[in-house]
Amino acid sequence: MRPLPTLPAIAAAMLLVVVGPAAGQAPAGEVVVYSARHYGQEAAFEAFTKKTGIRVNIFNGNTGELFERLKAEGDKTPADVLLTVDAGNLWNAARAGLLSRVDSPELQANVPASLRDPESRWFGLTVRARTIVYAKDRVKPTELSTYEALGDPKWKGRLCLRTSGYIYNQSLLATLIRRHGEPRVEEVVRGWVANQPTLINSDTKIIEAVAAGQCDVGLVNHYYLARLVAKTPAYPVAIHWANQQTTGTHVNVSGAGVTAHAKHRANAIKFLEYLSSPEAQQLFADVSFEYPANPQASVNPLVAKWGKYKADDINVAAAGELQAAATRLADRVGYR
Amino acid sequence: MSQPATVRPDERPAVWMPSPPSVWSVAATVIAALLAVPILAVIFSLAHPAADVWQHLWRTQLAGLIINTLGLVAAVGAGTLVLGTTLAWLVVAYDFPGRRVFEAALILPLAIPAYVIGFAFLGTFEFAGPLATWIRTTIGWRLPDVPSGVGVAVVMTLVFYPYVYLLARAAFHEQGAATLETARSLGRSRRRAFFEVALPMARPSIVAGTSLAMMEALADFGTVSTFGYRTLAEGVYRVWYGMFDRVAATQLATLLLFFALGLLLLERSLRGRARFVQSQRRGPGVTRARLSGARGLAVAAGCAGVLGLAFVLPAAQLTTWALADGGLRVRTGFIATLRNTLVLAGTAALATAVLALVLAYARRLAPGGAARFVTQFVSMGYALPGSVIAVGILVPMAWIDHEIIGRLGALVGRPLDLVLTGSVVGLLFAYVVRFLAVSFQSLEASLVKIPGSLDDAARSLGAKIGTTLRRVHLPLLRSGLLTALVIVFVETMKEMPATLLLRPFGVTTLPIEVWERTSESLWSDAAAPALAIVAAGLIPVFLAIRLTDRSWGPRHGPQTPTRSDRPGKPGPLLDYRRPE
Repeated sequence: MRPLPTLPAIAAAMLLVVVGPAAGQAPAGEVVVYSARHYGQEAAFEAFTKKTGIRVNIFNGNTGELFERLKAEGDKTPADVLLTVDAGNLWNAARAGLLSRVDSPELQANVPASLRDPESRWFGLTVRARTIVYAKDRVKPTELSTYEALGDPKWKGRLCLRTSGYIYNQSLLATLIRRHGEPRVEEVVRGWVANQPTLINSDTKIIEAVAAGQCDVGLVNHYYLARLVAKTPAYPVAIHWANQQTTGTHVNVSGAGVTAHAKHRANAIKFLEYLSSPEAQQLFADVSFEYPANPQASVNPLVAKWGKYKADDINVAAAGELQAAATRLADRVGYR
Repeated sequence: MSQPATVRPDERPAVWMPSPPSVWSVAATVIAALLAVPILAVIFSLAHPAADVWQHLWRTQLAGLIINTLGLVAAVGAGTLVLGTTLAWLVVAYDFPGRRVFEAALILPLAIPAYVIGFAFLGTFEFAGPLATWIRTTIGWRLPDVPSGVGVAVVMTLVFYPYVYLLARAAFHEQGAATLETARSLGRSRRRAFFEVALPMARPSIVAGTSLAMMEALADFGTVSTFGYRTLAEGVYRVWYGMFDRVAATQLATLLLFFALGLLLLERSLRGRARFVQSQRRGPGVTRARLSGARGLAVAAGCAGVLGLAFVLPAAQLTTWALADGGLRVRTGFIATLRNTLVLAGTAALATAVLALVLAYARRLAPGGAARFVTQFVSMGYALPGSVIAVGILVPMAWIDHEIIGRLGALVGRPLDLVLTGSVVGLLFAYVVRFLAVSFQSLEASLVKIPGSLDDAARSLGAKIGTTLRRVHLPLLRSGLLTALVIVFVETMKEMPATLLLRPFGVTTLPIEVWERTSESLWSDAAAPALAIVAAGLIPVFLAIRLTDRSWGPRHGPQTPTRSDRPGKPGPLLDYRRPE
């Protein structure tokens, strides 16, 4: 290849300068959100715009890919806020320097300490519990106790699990590792695997499989059951809060942080503060059946009927730190 | 990938050899070099080997992943080969009830994203699905669990057979009536004529289509993860998302490139030493044998069965979910989304076809040489998962934006935002890299069948290379070109991972809409955009069928099939050479 002729190259560059969008011209009154969460937040976003006049521009994507895009765009990124699911993902973004510290008394007050980054780079907004579901007609709730006990031989052939590649399972294992250490968790997961679980790659389908009798117990995020029960009140599957006598039920979050190179940083902070306010939290909870992170908001009545439970109060950031270890552990014991 | 030449070098007049690098080879080299960047970016990830991740994979699962991947690719290859070729031969050589409808409709499964078909299959056939539930409750049988590998292989065969079908169908049509009639007149039954004449002559096309299907199987992530089947591509994402290690994941993806290379070499050896020159004198189209009565109905039922499983079932399942949940819903801005999708797909199809044509033609003019290597290299990109190749594009583009354009902007005192990153140009570039192999395979398969004597004749009459291409080759390439356009159009229209990562801010396409819903398990909401992809896919499919029908319409004069092997290695068709 010959080197590009100098003159045309310069001409092309000039053209780019002339027609290219100039930096710093973005209209005021806007906040740009890179979002890996695509459900249940629209109402809260609209309410924010109505209240503040600040427009919310959303760019949807997968966490892993949004992360790469944010990284590649560097200081030129248009993104002000990264909104994603799973604490591990938030931890990873913070570790890579994609999020910036936000010192907001309001956020500190609204979001409990276990649901946000100790260094204030991200804040949990909604809470999802990953716990045990069972067939009402074939399992007595007294037979159930902990995640660990699902390795008991009595569940052989009766267990439905999601594959280990699924991020919520990885986070569950990661927090268990933080609680018990790797050797103990490895033993637990070996127990699960020895019970020859049916692997199904959708929480909804796991619940349906329990309902249809393919298995008797499963491990899912609570809101998937809520969606099914909302459609069919007499749904034959019930929820069991795992580890109530011990460490508490594993919870994860969806959450957000302000990007390191936000162009509308003030708006972004305002946006997060609003999303953590009781008003917005109520909108989240009403639509998505998740638990609000802010204890001042009330839980969706359908979910509230399932009663209060003790949540594992380990900081959800543990999910990120130990996620790679959890993935490797699953590989070692042959949990697909 | 293919034989170096369509014409033996010794048949060429010396003046034919383009001695200084021609415009074509320079253009081809530049195009290929640009398109190679993302693949090189993937390969360069090996510069910092993630030793601990490899060690971990080696100890725990690498062997299993490789075996699973090879098994799946082999099964999908065999399945699509048999299904695609059989269907193509049936619609070309026979007449049976509904043939005309089937001929077009059998392409349709290509328009549905594979993972959507996979999910619909699971929804229908799983334990909790309607079929198994019905059998359980009425007959009392508990159906055995289908191993996930079998499920994936069946679904992929049903989704990817149209590659083979499209290319084989074009090849059978191009052979024309005389080929078959000659064989028949020499006492071959229609069946034997198929195995001894039509099939061997269509080999470049069939093999090209099959290798496309196999590369898709290598690259697929959506379907295998729906079924929970572990392949290398799935392993790539597991390392990327599960261990937060994108570099190690990319390194794992280079293994896919190795398999792709193996496939391309296999394809080349399968094409064999044979040359597939086919006389282009126009003759009448294939005379179809009428299949009447039970046989005709059986064939029609077979076609309907394939179509039912691969197309009607998923479409019906999606619609059912949507209706059960309050009807088809479209979001505001649906028309803009539809328009984006069509414009992007159309542009990508055209751009890819033009670039593939330049590459294929440069290779014809200067076989051997660098052109062959680079086109082979660039084609391997098809075996990479979409988001891996997208990152391979994103990183260099962002680098240019920051280091070159950004600095130039600073020089003239006007700081610039990102110009390439997240631009339509970047997105189109990704489509071209991703789908060049499709376009190229299709064109190349048609191009090798054009005898070099035509080139020589045109040249001896004073036509320049460009003129020869325009007036001699392009008309003959028509079906290959249309096939390339249709496949790339439909592929782009359902492309998700690269679009998701590289699209400009605010640009949404139909597959993005599908994904936004399915990623949250909101399958009933996904029905409307998914069905829209299918509906929009119908347009180019039927257009192409009409256009190719016209070019395969009534022809005049006899057509001569010739197939020459290397001296001393007579092929089975040697008897039919120059039958005049």
